[in-house]
Amino acid sequence: MKYSERDEGPFRVIALTGEVDMCDSPQARKQILKALNARNHVLVDLSDVEYIDSSGIASLVEGYQLARKHNLEFGLVGVSEAAMRVLQLARLDQVFPIHGSVGERLQQQGD
Amino acid sequence: MSEFKRLVELRLDATPQRLRLLRAVVHAAMDSLGADAESTNCTVLAVTEACMNIIQHAYGPGRTGEIVVEILNNHHEVKFRVTDFAAPVDTAAVRSRDLDDLRPGGLGVHLIHQVMDEAGFVPAPAGAGNVFEMTKRWTPAANEDGRDEVQ
Repeated sequence: MKYSERDEGPFRVIALTGEVDMCDSPQARKQILKALNARNHVLVDLSDVEYIDSSGIASLVEGYQLARKHNLEFGLVGVSEAAMRVLQLARLDQVFPIHGSVGERLQQQGD
Repeated sequence: MSEFKRLVELRLDATPQRLRLLRAVVHAAMDSLGADAESTNCTVLAVTEACMNIIQHAYGPGRTGEIVVEILNNHHEVKFRVTDFAAPVDTAAVRSRDLDDLRPGGLGVHLIHQVMDEAGFVPAPAGAGNVFEMTKRWTPAANEDGRDEVQ
């Protein structure tokens, strides 16, 4: 897994790429929680995720819960087919705010 | 009478670093059978989750051991037999959790049961700790002309 971070509008965008498995999910978790603990709204870009397992999903759930605790926004953007499939299996597609892209979410902000 | 034939047996260290290799082998095995992408993705996810459970719970933090994954096929049905050599686990405690209870972790067993047709512990032979078997009735990949591949 590779990751990158950037700021877009009020959001810290964390883009995960490749395979988010038990080996790499601790890194994803660390970046997500770090951004939230610094009181950033967070969008996790999953558009280039080729594989994600329950450990990667757990990192997202933990981020979602921490964001709620800090009254911050936490959402997923550009969810790849592979990632969406696992989210659906875990019925988390009904829990996480999911946006087509960062631009789409920013546009909602302006509406 | 149906009979499963062994396609491959993989013996690997029970560490997160070996999971990528495991996925590659499962993927290649399903490809060699002629399974479609959906069946392949399901089995890759389920076998990975089963091995993650062994690493996290059967062996547990700070302990290591081996995992043996056997892949057996019978026509359009594939069986994954995953064996560890840890202490026997309380199989009654290994079950899907309530998904309405939103919390990190504990999803692996649920995912396995979602994507496989059968899954559960079977009696372990002497010398083994736990044996978990999963079966998937897989769908053949369609050829470019839309016909199923011949097995």
